[in-house]
Formats: sequence, C-alpha cells, structure tokens
Amino acid sequence: MSVEFSFLLVQALSGLASASSLFIIASGLTLVFGVTRIVNFAHGSFYMLGAYMAVTIVPWLLQIERSPTLFFAGVLISAAVVGVLGVAMEILLLRRIYKVPELFQLLATFGVVLMVQDAVLHIWGPLDIAGPRAPGLRHGVMILDQRFPAYELFLIAAGPVVLGLLWLLMHKTRFGILLRAATRDREMVGALGVNQALLFTGTLFLGAFLAGLGGALQIPRVSASAQMDLAIITEAFVVTVIGGMGSIGGAFLAALLIGQLQAFGVLIFPKITLVLVFLLMALVLVVKPWGLLGRPEAAPPSAMPEGIASPGRFCVFEKLLVALALLVAAMLPLFGDAYAVKVATEVLIFGLAAFSLNFLVGNGGIVSFGHAAYFGLGAYASGLLVTKLGMPMEPALIVAPLASGFFAALFGFFIVRLQGIYLAMLTLAFAQIAYAVCFQWVEVTGGDNGIVGVWPAPWAASRIVYHYLVLVVAVLGIIALRHVIYAPFGASLRAARDSAARAEAIGIDVRAHRWLGFTIAGAAAGLAGGLYAFSKGSIDPTLLGIPLSVDFLAMILLGGMQSVVGPVLGAAAFHSIKDVFMPLTDHWRFLLGASIIALVLIFPRGLGGAYASLRARFTGGAP
Amino acid sequence: MTLLAVEALNKKFGGVVAARDVSFSLAAGEMLAMIGPNGAGKSTSFNMVGGQLRPDSGRVLLEGQDITGLPPRAICRLGVGRSFQVAQTFLSMSVLENLQMALIAYAQRTRDMIARAEALFRAEALELLDQLGMADAAARPMNTLAYGDVKRVELAIALAGKPRLLLMDEPTAGMAPGERAALMRLVAGIARRAAIGVLFTEHDMDAVFAHADRILVLVRGEIIAAGTPEEVRANPEVQRVYLGTSGLRAALRARAAAHG
Repeated sequence: MSVEFSFLLVQALSGLASASSLFIIASGLTLVFGVTRIVNFAHGSFYMLGAYMAVTIVPWLLQIERSPTLFFAGVLISAAVVGVLGVAMEILLLRRIYKVPELFQLLATFGVVLMVQDAVLHIWGPLDIAGPRAPGLRHGVMILDQRFPAYELFLIAAGPVVLGLLWLLMHKTRFGILLRAATRDREMVGALGVNQALLFTGTLFLGAFLAGLGGALQIPRVSASAQMDLAIITEAFVVTVIGGMGSIGGAFLAALLIGQLQAFGVLIFPKITLVLVFLLMALVLVVKPWGLLGRPEAAPPSAMPEGIASPGRFCVFEKLLVALALLVAAMLPLFGDAYAVKVATEVLIFGLAAFSLNFLVGNGGIVSFGHAAYFGLGAYASGLLVTKLGMPMEPALIVAPLASGFFAALFGFFIVRLQGIYLAMLTLAFAQIAYAVCFQWVEVTGGDNGIVGVWPAPWAASRIVYHYLVLVVAVLGIIALRHVIYAPFGASLRAARDSAARAEAIGIDVRAHRWLGFTIAGAAAGLAGGLYAFSKGSIDPTLLGIPLSVDFLAMILLGGMQSVVGPVLGAAAFHSIKDVFMPLTDHWRFLLGASIIALVLIFPRGLGGAYASLRARFTGGAP
Repeated sequence: MTLLAVEALNKKFGGVVAARDVSFSLAAGEMLAMIGPNGAGKSTSFNMVGGQLRPDSGRVLLEGQDITGLPPRAICRLGVGRSFQVAQTFLSMSVLENLQMALIAYAQRTRDMIARAEALFRAEALELLDQLGMADAAARPMNTLAYGDVKRVELAIALAGKPRLLLMDEPTAGMAPGERAALMRLVAGIARRAAIGVLFTEHDMDAVFAHADRILVLVRGEIIAAGTPEEVRANPEVQRVYLGTSGLRAALRARAAAHG
C-alpha cells in the first residue's frame, strides 16, 4: 500500500516538474500572442537555441568553478542571449507583418523555424549535445522510499517562481501594466500615445527570454538536439490554447493539467500520452472555445476577406493556357526523361492536395495548419490495405479518400466550432495526433520507418502508365472541386467566411456547411495521398507532418489563395523549385525558410495575384 | 392579428441588467420603434428576438409559435429578416451575388454542388434590387459601395427571405440625413404594401417620429413608456430622461414635415 502511494507521489512530482518547464516556455508564447496577436512558431526555436546556448556557455563557466551560482548564471546568460535574438526577430520581421492576415504570420514565423534549424545544424553539428548536471543538485532525495532527483524538485519550484515574478512585473512595473493594457486593447494603448514599437520589442525580448530559459533549464535532463523545436512548440501551443491565448494564469493551470495527465497517462496508455493531451485540448475547446481563462476575441471589423472573391470564368487566353498545361502533362512521357516524369506526377498529386487546401482556406476562410494529416491518412489507408491485407491498388485508391474523409469529418466536427487562431491550432493538434499514432503504433504502421512495397497494380506499374493514371484522377479531382467552388455550396462557404452573422441570418447553417466543406477537402487530400503512396512505393510519418502541411500552405500562398486555379500553379512552381534546389545545397531548409518569408513580405498575393493585376491592366477590369 | 409577442424577456450580462421584463407586441404591417439612450438594452432585446442571444427568461412568440432560443437560421426560416447595427453583407461578392446568395438560402439550396450559383435567381435578385433603387449597382463589388448603399443592399437581402417580420437595428446609422429619410420612407412603403411587421431601433428622432406607428422607450433595460408617437411625446418621464426639449422640437418638426 505504502509502496504504491509513494510511487504515485513520485509520479505526481515528476508531473509537476514537467508542468513547471512547460509553463515557463508557454508563458512566453502566450505573452507574445497577447500583445502582438502573432502566434510565434519560432518560439520553439528560441527554446532550442536556449538549450544549445546553455550547453555551450554553462560548461565553459563551470571550468572556472563548479558552483551552482555559475551554473545558473550561465542559464540566465543563455536566456538573455535568446532574448536578444527575439528582439532581432521583432525588428527585422514581425514589425513588417503585424497587419497581414494571420495565416501569413504563421507561415513567416515558420520560415524562421526552418532557418534556425539549419543555422543550428551548421553551428553545432547534427549530433545531440549532452549538458552538464547542475552542481549542488546532482543528488537524489528520498521521498518516502523512492529516490527523486533534486534537480526535478528545483524545477517544481521554478515554475511558480517565474509565475510570481511575472505577476510582479505585470502589476508593479509600468512596462508590465502596459503589457496587460495592450493584451486587452492594443489600439487604445496606441491611441494613448504609448511607444508601441518599444513595447512590442520589449515583449519579444521577454517572450524569447522565457523560451530560452525553459530550454537552458532542460540541459541537465535532456540533450540539446535539432528536433527539440517542433516537439516543444506543439506542446506549448496546446498549453496556451487550453489556458486561453494571452492568459498567463491560464497557461499555468493548463501546464499543471497536462503535466499530471502525462505523468499518469504514461502508466495507463504508455504509447498514446500525446493523444491524451490533444484529446484534453479538443475537450476543453468544445466546452470553452477560448480556453480555460481566455477572453473571447472581439469579432473583427468587417473587412475584405483574404481569399477567393467572386470566381470568374476562364477567358479564351486562359483556356488556351490550361489546355497547354494539360497537353504538356500528357506529352511529357514522350520527350521527358524518367526523372521529369516523376516530378510531373508529383506536381499533379500536390496540385490536387494544394487545391483541396485552398478550397478550405481561400474559399472557406478555414485556415488549416494540418492538412497533411488527411493527405497522409489517405496514403496510410492505401498503403496498409495493399501491404497488410493484400488489397489490389484500385479499391485501395477508392478507400483513400473515404478514410481521409472519415477522419476529416471526425476531427472537423470539433474544428469547425472554433474560429481564427484557435481553429488553426486545433487543426494542428489533430494533425499531430494522427502523426503520433502513425509514428508510435510501430506494429501496424512500421513507426518511423514506415512501410515499403506499396506498389501499383501490374498494369500501372510503369512510371509512364502511372503518370497517366495520376493525370486523369488528379485532373478530374481538381475539376470536381473547382465545380463545387462555383456551385451554391461553394458560394455558401464564401458567404459564411465573409460574414457568419449574415449567413446565419439568411438561414445558412454555418457550422454544418463548414463541416461538410472540411470533410470534402479532407477526402480530396486523401485521394492525393493515396496516389502519392503508390507513386513512391512507400509510406512514412513525414506524410502527415507539420513540414508537409506548411509546404501545402506555401504552395497556395505562392499560387495566390485568392485565385481558384492558382494553387495548382503554386504546387508546380514550389515542388519543381524544391526538387531542383534541394539536392544542390545542404542548406535547403534555410533557403526554403527565407523564401517563405520573402514570399510573405514582398509577394503576398502570389503568382495568381500577380497575374490578376496583369490581366486587370490589359482588360481594365477589377484586379 | 398579433405577429410578434414578446413576453417578459430578461437578460443579464454579469451584474448588468440589459433587459428587465421587456414585453411588447407587434401587428402585421405595423412599424414599431424602440428608442432609448446608448446602453439602454435595445440591441440586446433585438438580438433576443432575432436569435443571436438567448434570454435568461421570457418568451418570444411569432404568430403564436414559441421561437425563444432558436438559432438565427431557424428564426429566419420562420419568416424573420434582419439588418445589423453594423451592416453585415458578403463583401467579397458583387451586389447581385449577395442577393442571389440570400435567394439560394431561402430556397434551401446552399448544399447544391451541381448548379452554377451565378446562374440562379438572377431575375428575382434584380427585381429586389430594383425595389430599393439599387439595380444600377448590381454588378458592382460590394466592397466598393458607399455605406448608405450597403445598408440598402442589406435591407434587400433581408427582404429576399420574404419575411413576415423585419428586424432593423439602426437602419440609418452612418447615413447622410437626406438618405435616412429616403430609406425610412422606402421601408415604410414596403412594410405597408406587403403587410410586414417592422421592429426597428433608431437614434435619429426624425426617422422615428415620422414613420413609427408606435414607440417603445427603453431605459436601463426597462420599457418606461409605450404608445403612439403623440403619447410618447406627451409622456413627461420620456421628455425628462430621453428627449429633452430640443429633441422634442425636432420631433414635432419631423411629424409636421412627414404629414404636410
């Protein structure tokens, strides 16, 4: 009996230690969001940089003297260096994107994530770096009859201390009072003559400092590695969303909840702790759509939405262009080499996936940050059926969109209840659940390695025949989706995007329509995923990962999300560029990140937008 | 016959009482104005009738049918059209497409994935626009319209659902004085012709006293007076809390102008 109790106590304590760490990181994220309204993907990068800084600075300081003071001085210096990097990011990037749509902000900060990943690999190399243990806290403490690391006890105290210091800062200093005021009403703070630039820069310093501190404090527990950023950012997102974005107290509460859920969840469902966490998030958001302590977002003033306006018909010139593009795709096997055919096949597949994403984002105003989940689920459905059940390719390709459509309906049921940034975060969360399941359920999915041997039926086994199969299926899929955009259902989605209040007031069930739209887009992405599985001959979890979701978003951004067929163009441009440049350099992530940022900053309407302005200049119509 | 009966609606936001025992009724073809200072609870009462807010207690009956707490889309389908304080239209669409969308919704064809939306209900949409003098602007993108014209299109959208009851939350806010009178005349004409009951809130006293058949005066969530414009004007409490002497003079002028 007592053994069990002490075991549970130790489990609860280690849950508290993770909660503390998680809170320190999430508090910075929620603070930055509260003031700037930007969801900063790069917050995870700051955390990673904090850890790398600490494994560099702290051992160097400890050479002078192995004292706890120098250890913690090193931790604080690392956090401060990261804080300064946060300031650099605010001045160089964020300042230019405060007014752009939130999707673009998310993408731009993800560009920073990619650049930092490559920078870290370049500076510190690909190997994990273990940090020194903290002097004075290396021993274990006996709690009842269990040994518990002293450093974990220290971490348990660190969270509340940071919370207390933040409270003092927010309530006793002018800067903190301005921060709280700006979280409530940014415009008013500006109208009162507060130097906003300085306030925002200060906020980014504080936010990045907290992320860096969180990372630096981890070094005795975990090695610094280049994968830390995306792993922590999803957890930090979940904490801030459950707590209510912008609420520090909420983040503390949510971190406690999640810490305990993970500590005890691991005993009951060792493999699906991540799933439990995301389920908690989905549950909280259904009951409290703005998180535990969050405040409802004021409805944005009526503004022209970013996305597809009244879709026009093709003019003669455009019809010719489309015909030409189809002709090239059809004739390619005759004059292109095997590599060109492979790229063209993939472009068609990604074209369908990107088109289905823009069906949601551009046409429905539903910003999905996890569209790759439905692509990947389609790929897994096909791949598993073929390899595990010996199903032929043809029915497996039919099941792909059905399976993805089923999961899109399941996840979408929760997703379409939310709005704006909460919605985007929930799409990300569900995508991570799907990713985690494919990654962890090794017996069925092959885990990290995935499954090989997903080959097409014998008649479609040649690259060229398969190319034609993809051409027919993908083009038909795109035509069908395009038709829906022009149909009353597509118009209703645009109506709900423009003004949900007006749409409801003329009798449209906004939620049901968005749900159906989400399901259709998911099914279409699943079809693309199924086609992709057979073209590659294998499946693996990266097909559901955040980077692929971001690729899809970059494709529609490049093509122009206000254009109906732009996303296909974007997919073609993006995929060919990536395919050509990736092998040429070791730093393709850096280049990709920089290109995404450049795209957001100087080319926000994409290729489609540039073409529309050209067309307007020649025909005199509205752009 | 009573079109709309509102019985003892109550709504609190935290400690603030936004509506206390609000009761009134409205007949078909009648124009009922709800007036009161800012924060009196006009929009709250309004949104409880339109389904945007659920009352804490009380009932809303439309031709005897209880519609309390139904979602806006259900209330719309029962024949209630509305305009919003800040006009709500589909900004990415053209004026004509806004009307076509409303007609598609009225025909319950929003889930149709086969037809071309562009080709549906064009004639009906143009006819509605014509009624409001907006037919010339049919092809213009909604986001290029002056606010007064946006308000008129919004009214046309509300009328597309062939409502029995029209809810108009400050229909003339943000319009030039000349436009206001014209819009109110238009609404009054349509309401009388089609026997549509109109409940509207308004800050413009000229519009209220010139066109309302009856007036409700709301102060701090409570109806303190109700009756014909003459009765309300003569009510000493109303004069004290709301109109003041200059407002009263304006009201008399407006009445004189409207009735020659």
